[in-house]
Amino acid sequence: MLEQQLVNALTLGSVYALFALGFTLVFGVLAVINLSHGAVFMVGSYAAALVVTRFEAPLWVGLLAAMAISGLIGLAIDVVILKRLRARKAPHLIPMIATIGVTIVITSAAQGLFGVEVQRFPEEMLPAGDFTVGDVHVRALELGIIAVSFLLMAVLFFALRRTQLGRALRAIAESPKAASLLGINVEGLFHLTSFTAAALGGVAGALISLNFNAITPFMGQPMLHKGIAVIILGGMGDIRGALIGGLFLGFAEVMSKAYISSQMGDAVAFGLLFLVLLVRPSGLFGRVLERKA
Amino acid sequence: MTTDMLRVDNLHAGYGLAEVLTGVNLEVKAGTVVALIGANGAGKTTTMRAISGLLTPRQGRVVVAEKEVQGLPASRIARLGLAHAPEGRRVFGPLSVEDNLLLGAYSALPHFFGFHGRAAAELERVYALFPRLKERRRQLAGTLSGGEQQMLAIGRALMSRPKAMLLDEPSMGLAPVIVQEVFAIIRRLKAEGITLLLVEQFAKSALEVADYAYVMERGRIAVAGTPAELRQDERVLAAYLG
Repeated sequence: MLEQQLVNALTLGSVYALFALGFTLVFGVLAVINLSHGAVFMVGSYAAALVVTRFEAPLWVGLLAAMAISGLIGLAIDVVILKRLRARKAPHLIPMIATIGVTIVITSAAQGLFGVEVQRFPEEMLPAGDFTVGDVHVRALELGIIAVSFLLMAVLFFALRRTQLGRALRAIAESPKAASLLGINVEGLFHLTSFTAAALGGVAGALISLNFNAITPFMGQPMLHKGIAVIILGGMGDIRGALIGGLFLGFAEVMSKAYISSQMGDAVAFGLLFLVLLVRPSGLFGRVLERKA
Repeated sequence: MTTDMLRVDNLHAGYGLAEVLTGVNLEVKAGTVVALIGANGAGKTTTMRAISGLLTPRQGRVVVAEKEVQGLPASRIARLGLAHAPEGRRVFGPLSVEDNLLLGAYSALPHFFGFHGRAAAELERVYALFPRLKERRRQLAGTLSGGEQQMLAIGRALMSRPKAMLLDEPSMGLAPVIVQEVFAIIRRLKAEGITLLLVEQFAKSALEVADYAYVMERGRIAVAGTPAELRQDERVLAAYLG
């Protein structure tokens, strides 16, 4: 029973981590809290489902479509809205409000296009295999979700730590001006970051909707709240923190649903987050967050 | 070679309504060290910022290695061969010393996926110049002392093999012993044939290393000449070398 729950928790936690990574990446590099990340997540679900059902494409194509379409929306949000706000040196609150507006637009558009009723992947499209190790019963789907999440996170970690691109992003996080003096095209990397973050959010959406097989236009909002909790827990802008925070939330949620109350899962999970923040107000890996001009 | 690596003609720049530079002219020939001295607020740092593109000039021309660069974004100017080690050093504190240096090669390397190997030769050259940076290569830049951070800022600027380099107040905030060290480094850069525009508060020391010097007053060049000539100039003597 416990082992079974651990697999569920790891599945959910790895997707939370993937979602939160994109969220925290944008905050770290652009110094913006992009509240459209939940909407972009929802778009990823629909994109994958649409490609898989309408075009009868294999699942991995659905995941790529989710990344591409969500990524392009993230890029468009950056180019059309955030870039202008940067140019005008808008204070922090403005991009938050603007991206709430984006969320409303995207959610309404999804309602208009797909209706409010729950959409599903056709069961026969989902990987059906099962593994039984001892008493633990693992769906191939769950293994796939965990594998895809960790693979993408590993690629991101490697890119950030070991490539010039990653160094450049970390330099921008510290000081965009000093970075530009080294020949780094800061605006270009802002666009790339927005694309990448939204692509990660989109694929997280596709994975979650595969796991629960339920897609609605409103699924982005609760995920956004969880994402905010995770990146605050991990320390705003901290990549490692988003990973650990995401896994933490997944475990807290699944375990409290299983052992405390199925109705109170979220309450217990968020209560635990709250307790952690009482002890470490700037999050697990938090630093003082002040960017120099 | 007597070509200008860096030339500035009639440069005007400022912040908001404040006009800081009102027609600056200067030139730095290849392989020379040129000092820019003057009182606080004369516009030395603003001149550097307007050259490297951190500040967009309102009027005038900036020519780096025979290319006009005024109005281009800072990143483009850097890729055309100008390195600017800014006032206050601005090293990336949360990154390791080596990551800071490798970023210095960003403008010279094909972008994005330049792994270690490609910048290795430059890295060795900088480490030879600054053995202390090699000792601390894995350390976070933010944990270095002020003098070490200045070495890192200079080393980072050298990594791109720049055609011309701007060095703004390298001695700022450093203990006198360390200031001596910084000037020793500048002399070594000069021996290596680096083209350098140097802004300094310590006018005397700056004139000792420079081939030519400009004195700024209220947003323009007031006096120019070789260090020997400036030392003869009574006004300069009284105001800056006293």
